[in-house]
Amino acid sequence: MPNLKDLKVRINSVQSTQKITSAMKMVAAAKLRRAQEQAEEARPYSQRMDRMIAALAGKMTNVGGPALLAGTGSEVKFLLVVMTADRGLCGGFNSSIVRATRKRIAELQENGKSVKLLCVGKKGADQLRRDASDLITDALEGVAKGAIEFAAASDIGARLIQMFEAGEFDVCSLIYNKFQSAMTQIVTEQQIIPASVPEEADATPSLGAYEYEPDEEQILAELLPRNVSTQVFSALLENTASEHGARMTAMDSATRNAGDMIDKLTLTYNRTRQAFITKELIEIISGAEAL
Amino acid sequence: MMADTTLFELVSPEKLVMSKSVSMVVVPGAEGFFGVLPRHTSMLSTLAPGVIDVYEGDKITDSLFVVNGFAEVTEERCTVLAEEVILVDDIDTDKYEKQIEALKDQASRSEGDSAEKIRKNIEEQEHILAAMIKAKNT
Repeated sequence: MPNLKDLKVRINSVQSTQKITSAMKMVAAAKLRRAQEQAEEARPYSQRMDRMIAALAGKMTNVGGPALLAGTGSEVKFLLVVMTADRGLCGGFNSSIVRATRKRIAELQENGKSVKLLCVGKKGADQLRRDASDLITDALEGVAKGAIEFAAASDIGARLIQMFEAGEFDVCSLIYNKFQSAMTQIVTEQQIIPASVPEEADATPSLGAYEYEPDEEQILAELLPRNVSTQVFSALLENTASEHGARMTAMDSATRNAGDMIDKLTLTYNRTRQAFITKELIEIISGAEAL
Repeated sequence: MMADTTLFELVSPEKLVMSKSVSMVVVPGAEGFFGVLPRHTSMLSTLAPGVIDVYEGDKITDSLFVVNGFAEVTEERCTVLAEEVILVDDIDTDKYEKQIEALKDQASRSEGDSAEKIRKNIEEQEHILAAMIKAKNT
């Protein structure tokens, strides 16, 4: 028979856990709203940048264009930028990215490609270090702390371009969680170098050709590195929104589980207490009868 | 009759800063300022750090300082993408001066390739600062 005092202690501890998880859920919900707004506000920039690149790339395809657009000519060295959260307690958020990354690494290596990793976010780096530490070129932390600044993304972008120019990789992809809703995040792999040219579906009626100032090549040379940063930035935003969504969902179910547990424990506690009283009564009555 | 305005959009990575119909915008192109009136020919241009003046009617309604920008002009709109957008009245040169100081400090402590890169960065920042000061004083 469980001890009454032990049960009481247990109930108290589950209750304080529940308090923490429900507070975390509330915080995550508030942060999610902010992150979502930020992601929404950042959308026009990347849309318009896509439009410009589409307009330019259409012209450049026959000439080849710069390496950031056309690639290095070979596809052997891959760089994966793995974006995770710095903190845990957000359900399967980090592990689903890590799983996707591992799968991708295996797939690429099977085809005789070499793979390198750049981790953004502490948790992913920690998990990947276990079996792929030799592939990790660097791990960045604290990028998604508070509001994400474009400067942080452009630092990463500058770094990618530097590595690209040094010939450290041919193809670079981002792996991150795309925000679908608070409940669902989609692990997405997105190639950023060489730039995947967006199809100009909503074709703004290109009224003849554009004029360029100074000229196409120089504009592209400036636009493409910026585009890398922009894509990193929007991936970071999506990822942060997903992280808060995932945490909110995870903490919501944790709170509910704690509630269930408290109910169950309270029931056992009451039953035990009643059994105790009954037992004492029986002892008293049988004692009286024995006289 | 076609309206004599063009749609002007100013977008920073964080948000859509401005989107409205204007009668003219003057944009600091890499090869000199250019004015965009309705039905301007389509063009793409990189921007030098400088001030965008937005005209409604005959008056300047907004002046904004931009850094690292691109402009896309078509017959019915003018879109400017800029990494940094600052209202001319809010320009804070001190911040940039401090940044340049910090970079110079960094440059004096490093050597070779990285020093070269930092020096280039300083040059760029000084260029921006000079444009800022000019924008502030006019």
